[in-house]
Amino acid sequence: MQNKVNYLLRLGDNALILSQQLSQLCGKGPALEEDMALTNVALDLLGQTRLWYEYAGELEGAGRDEDKLAYHRDAHDFKNCLLMEQPNGNYADTMVRQFFFDAWHYFLIVGLTRSSDARIAAIAEKSLKEVTYHLRRSGDLVVRLGDGTEVSHAKTQAAVNELWMYSGEVFAYDAVDEAMVAEGVAPAADGLRAQWLAHVAEILGEATLAMPPADAWMQKGGKQGRHSEHLGYILAEMQFLQRAYPGATW
Amino acid sequence: MTAAAIDRTAVAPAKAGAHAEQIWAWLAEVSDPEIPVISIVDLGIVRDVQLAADGACTVTITPTYSGCPAMQVIADAITDALHAHGLQDVRLQNQLSPAWTTDWMSEAGKAKLQGYGIAPPAQQVIDISGLRAGVGADGALAAISRRAQPRLTVACPNCGSRHTEITSQFGSTPCKALYKCLDCREPFDYFKCH
Repeated sequence: MQNKVNYLLRLGDNALILSQQLSQLCGKGPALEEDMALTNVALDLLGQTRLWYEYAGELEGAGRDEDKLAYHRDAHDFKNCLLMEQPNGNYADTMVRQFFFDAWHYFLIVGLTRSSDARIAAIAEKSLKEVTYHLRRSGDLVVRLGDGTEVSHAKTQAAVNELWMYSGEVFAYDAVDEAMVAEGVAPAADGLRAQWLAHVAEILGEATLAMPPADAWMQKGGKQGRHSEHLGYILAEMQFLQRAYPGATW
Repeated sequence: MTAAAIDRTAVAPAKAGAHAEQIWAWLAEVSDPEIPVISIVDLGIVRDVQLAADGACTVTITPTYSGCPAMQVIADAITDALHAHGLQDVRLQNQLSPAWTTDWMSEAGKAKLQGYGIAPPAQQVIDISGLRAGVGADGALAAISRRAQPRLTVACPNCGSRHTEITSQFGSTPCKALYKCLDCREPFDYFKCH
């Protein structure tokens, strides 16, 4: 049971931290349409976070609801992958991070719709249409930026090169992930990674961008609670109110 | 959440008994908080109404989008409306599967959207149950391939022209995208297929 709780918390943490990053762009998007899109994606991810946390809290049975899980945990308790906590940077950085995430998220969610856990399958079924829409959009944007001007191409290629080392952690399964695969709850890493590589290669190719080597060395540690310095700043802002006024409600 | 429950033909709301009929009629007067011309029944958010022998009424609703901020408002509006009609014990149940789809929107609801200036969903939603049933890697890849996407024709709700183009994949609420008409030049909201 502890493995499933941890697995659900990871799903929630990945969605929440990326949602929080995208929310920071509200009112600051490079164009009105992009601003709305980023915040709508953030909202979808926040909604999915609530569904994962709610289930994790129920299974754990320790009285932690979605708010406690989001606001009352410290950085080392968060198990999101390092990719999701990378800074927004320029717009190419934001969109390449989004595309790498969306491509993994989409194939993962497709896999989770077939989960042996009926509740996880239901949450995945609910999320799938949203996640599909996200991936189509971020793939389109990467093609437009990569196959755009000289400047947008250079910035997007730089973002791909820079973020590549964070793209592999989602496929680096540990004991928690493997236990979920063994129970039929989660899809295996190999299949997901092959699908991710195939789709990323297709989009980067169309975007006239060079794809870094698939066997490049990858950063890891987020899943085990070892984070970059960025997460502390994200949590400092997100958790401020509950830390300053514990238990405050509307 | 059983396999049978995702059969798209089996999800039409079951209306049991005269009392439930009455409750459905009351619910049909509850407006969507963000698009007040259509009701939550038109939208397909209400999935089931059960009236127990002791008078307890359980309304099953399904979220449109996971993060739709209107869902809490909708839940409160349902409770308030049924209380106002004298039902004391109102319980709400949230159902995720089968996932809400714009295919459940009533024809009357689509006509009301159109009259309100929002283009209704332009096509039947591609059935995702195939992915679930195990079509496999090719099916999952095909669903998001850039080449495989058919171009949608969305008619302008103002002048009826089909000569329109998308300006943004997202609009003022999660359920809408932004379009503009190339003939009458009016921008308009489009209720996305979902």
